Amino acid sequence: MHVFTDPVNLDAYLSGFLWILKLTGASALFSLVIGVLLAAARVSPIPVLRAFGAAWVNIFRNTPLTLIIFFCYFGLYTTLGLVLSDDLNLNNYWLGVLGLSVYTAAFVCEAIRSGINTVNAGQAEAARAIGLTFAQTLRIVILPQAGRAVIAPLGSVLIALCKNATIVGTIGVMESSNVMKDLINENGDAVIPIFLVFAGTFAAVLVPTGYFFGWLANRLAVKR
Amino acid sequence: MRIKRVAAIAAIAALSLGVTACGGGDEGGTGASGIVGKAQKDKKLVIGVKSDQPGLGLQTGSNYEGFDIEIGKIIAKGLGVDPANIEWKTTVSNNREPFIQQGTVDLVIATYTINDDRKKKVNFAGPYYIAGQDLLVKADSTIAGPEGLEGKKVCSVSGSTPAKKMQTDYPKVQLQQFDSYSKCVNALEGGQVDAVTTDDIILAGYAAQSQYAGKFKVVGKPFTSEPYGIGLKKEDKAGCEKVNEILKTAASDGSYKAAWDNTLGKSGTPAPTLDTSKLTNCG
Repeated sequence: MHVFTDPVNLDAYLSGFLWILKLTGASALFSLVIGVLLAAARVSPIPVLRAFGAAWVNIFRNTPLTLIIFFCYFGLYTTLGLVLSDDLNLNNYWLGVLGLSVYTAAFVCEAIRSGINTVNAGQAEAARAIGLTFAQTLRIVILPQAGRAVIAPLGSVLIALCKNATIVGTIGVMESSNVMKDLINENGDAVIPIFLVFAGTFAAVLVPTGYFFGWLANRLAVKR
Repeated sequence: MRIKRVAAIAAIAALSLGVTACGGGDEGGTGASGIVGKAQKDKKLVIGVKSDQPGLGLQTGSNYEGFDIEIGKIIAKGLGVDPANIEWKTTVSNNREPFIQQGTVDLVIATYTINDDRKKKVNFAGPYYIAGQDLLVKADSTIAGPEGLEGKKVCSVSGSTPAKKMQTDYPKVQLQQFDSYSKCVNALEGGQVDAVTTDDIILAGYAAQSQYAGKFKVVGKPFTSEPYGIGLKKEDKAGCEKVNEILKTAASDGSYKAAWDNTLGKSGTPAPTLDTSKLTNCG
């Protein structure tokens, strides 16, 4: 374990995972917001919105994430000149968050839509009968029930998102997988230990996350 | 008659086996595991090269070409391996030591700078060329050297010597890191970075590519000395010495100059002389 007793390597290791957490946190927030809006669009009575939601889901869910992240850098930034920050590292970070968010939002949307399907149609009919608009019905009656039904699947999406964040390394953010490559490059004799430490760190963070979402889902589920 | 002939062949075979065994013994037993032994036995070599460096190591389809490739062919020939039996394997700056240590490749000839850190893990023959870290900028750029880089965005390959040099000696530079220089050159063309830094010889190769003609210039003030070596296993001292011998021969018989003239020489730069007094002692 001499690799991680060197303070320089330890710092690199920690900052690598800090980048992962930052990428995951911001993307989780944005993808949740976008995902809910997309789900709303997909069940709305307006055909254009439905088509927009369906197109988003089908395009981003079926495009490899590597391509999306690459497009954020070489398409949006390099070619179209979209600058998100003057600081190079932050700019790459936000481009990464953008790519992760639009991609993950597609999965969040589908999870929530499946939750909406679990809500009894009578609930919506009753809501409309007492004069609520579509938006009100969704906000007050449907989504709170749908949301509780999809906590466990959303947990899976979050776990996938955390692991997917390593792909942002391809556009230069020095996240954990980039740090791992660097460490392996400098310590070719310790490939297995380095690999195990990085994989183990992901497991140490994500296994409890999975259990937490399972527990939350049990607590909050609407019992029918 | 027939039995006698078989016996004779068997005797010759046994004799030659004995001779090779002796040869191996003379080299301290490393011959069999080293590249010399492997070349003799398999008549094959796996050489790690770059695949995205025009003029040095460039892959087009399944074909590799460039100065490093030509050097690889010279060394294979010297080891008794037909160049057609070389298996070229693409390496990036990041995986060269692991590839050597794990035996994925027998040799690495991939713009591979000899330095003390790397010497702890691998052995180096050569140098066969001495380059220097320099900057590639747009043709109309005012950057005149590494001193003018403060606050500027500079691109290099993660894990490479030039990237490390930027981080340690020019900490005020904003460093963009990719896994290949071609992405850096792409970003330079789009204006997202102000300069690309690596060895002058690599940059010259990019500047000379037809799609970038006239767009870039190499600043021409190298600020490091990068002796390019041929990497092989740490314990393969005999192989390293053999490669140095082959390089010495190549310098005198004109094959080194021919390798240059057929590749980087096309940019108009005359062939350098291979200074055989600088060859490593294979420590």
